[in-house]
Amino acid sequence: MSNILFDAPGPRARVRHRLLAVLGGLVLAGIVAFVGWRFYDSGQFTARKWEWIQYKVIQEDLIAAVVATLQAFALGAVLALLFGAVFAAGRLSDHKPLRMVSGFVVELFRAVPLLILIFLFYYGLPTLGLKMSPYMAVVLGLMLYNGSVLAEVFRAGILALPRGQSEAAYALGMRKTQVMVLILLPQALRSMMPTIISQLVVLLKDTALGFLITYEELLRFAQRIGGEGQFSRPFVPTALVVAAIYIGLCLLLTWLATYLQKRERRSKKHIELENGGAKAQQLVLTADAGGGGGGV
Amino acid sequence: MDILIDYWPLFRDGFLTTIELFLLAGVASLVFGVILAMLRVSPVPVFRATGTLYVTVVRNTPLTLVFLFFVFAYPYLEILELSFFTAAVVALTVYTSAFICEVVRSGINTVPLGQAEAARALGLTFGQSLSQIILPQAMRSVVPPLVSTLIALLKNTTIAAGFSVSEAGRIRSVLSDDGENQLVGLAWVALGFIVIVMILTLVQRTLEKRWSVAR
Repeated sequence: MSNILFDAPGPRARVRHRLLAVLGGLVLAGIVAFVGWRFYDSGQFTARKWEWIQYKVIQEDLIAAVVATLQAFALGAVLALLFGAVFAAGRLSDHKPLRMVSGFVVELFRAVPLLILIFLFYYGLPTLGLKMSPYMAVVLGLMLYNGSVLAEVFRAGILALPRGQSEAAYALGMRKTQVMVLILLPQALRSMMPTIISQLVVLLKDTALGFLITYEELLRFAQRIGGEGQFSRPFVPTALVVAAIYIGLCLLLTWLATYLQKRERRSKKHIELENGGAKAQQLVLTADAGGGGGGV
Repeated sequence: MDILIDYWPLFRDGFLTTIELFLLAGVASLVFGVILAMLRVSPVPVFRATGTLYVTVVRNTPLTLVFLFFVFAYPYLEILELSFFTAAVVALTVYTSAFICEVVRSGINTVPLGQAEAARALGLTFGQSLSQIILPQAMRSVVPPLVSTLIALLKNTTIAAGFSVSEAGRIRSVLSDDGENQLVGLAWVALGFIVIVMILTLVQRTLEKRWSVAR
């Protein structure tokens, strides 16, 4: 791998790099060994702490927990995509009031922490006489927050298309709606697909917030089994297992995004975006950390 | 309005704790994130692999799970006892530094090739050219996404409320114990966050204007 920061190493640099690699390797091995030793010493590797995984009931519970997480993810993703499409269209509308309202909504929900949104639905709405299940509260929160980010992504994607596309469509006598639905949206979706999927990874991770309002998903499972005195409180093992599941699911989605990106680049319909593509990617990167800000 | 006035000390302390969490975790993850970014662009493959592994693992783990680990599982490893507040700072730092690392790394890639080449031609070593030539320019160009990541960190501090840190996200449960209207209380909390986010956005714009590099 060559980098802007260093030349291909010469003989002396190679020796130095090897030395550093050995040193770095030793430090790393030291850290890993220390953590491993702590795990071993505190008895995390004893069979008793991992016994729980053999029970059929617990296995079924684990599957149910994964399904619950995926359920929240699936409905949340669909609703967020719809929300995003509607508000992106709103922000690109020709009517000023519509533009302003959608802009306000999108910026508002991007600025409020997702957890507070979920709390508002779960603990706030019952005071108005609207009882919410934890599932609905999580899904609605995910929809509003991720939908707002997706709206910005869609908008960036549509704005990044070459102007010639919409100009040609208008020249053919299409209406605004036709231009949007038939010409701009399909192309923007194609080019934005990897970015959209990255945002869905964020959504999947955010389902974990359901833990804090007693939604029975993976983390609840980890906490419940982890606290069982009967298995000598295997908090560490359950956390590791659940983390592995989350990472696996997210990597699967990320892999899908990379695959689509590669296929898109090879495709004949590929269209070079103006710098909006990079902007949308940045949006998702910051949203990934828990959401960018909003300048209302 | 009544709730805000009646419970003013609660709101004030909650948001102060939030800001304290935010500042501590923010500084820590900036430092740690830049170190990670340096690892990720290093000429030594072991360092690069370490950086990549860390970022991949952390970016694909929900923050709530990181919290869960540090609050419930970590004490069983019997390494160093952490208070709930410290555990929250550690969890937020572990999580946010991965994102800071990615932002800084993307900034390093925007520095023109000529800068690094000129630095090398002058005989600067990797460490010198990175710390004196590349990073200062990279940091300037990544101010907007960096502040966005910090805004994200601010919003993420609310999760600490679920793990026994009495910060802004926790105001709700106190109100609920007193049988107050939670909807109104939460709306005030949301408004508080919007205000802080707006201030940070202003800072972002000012810094962007002052520090942007003309290329």
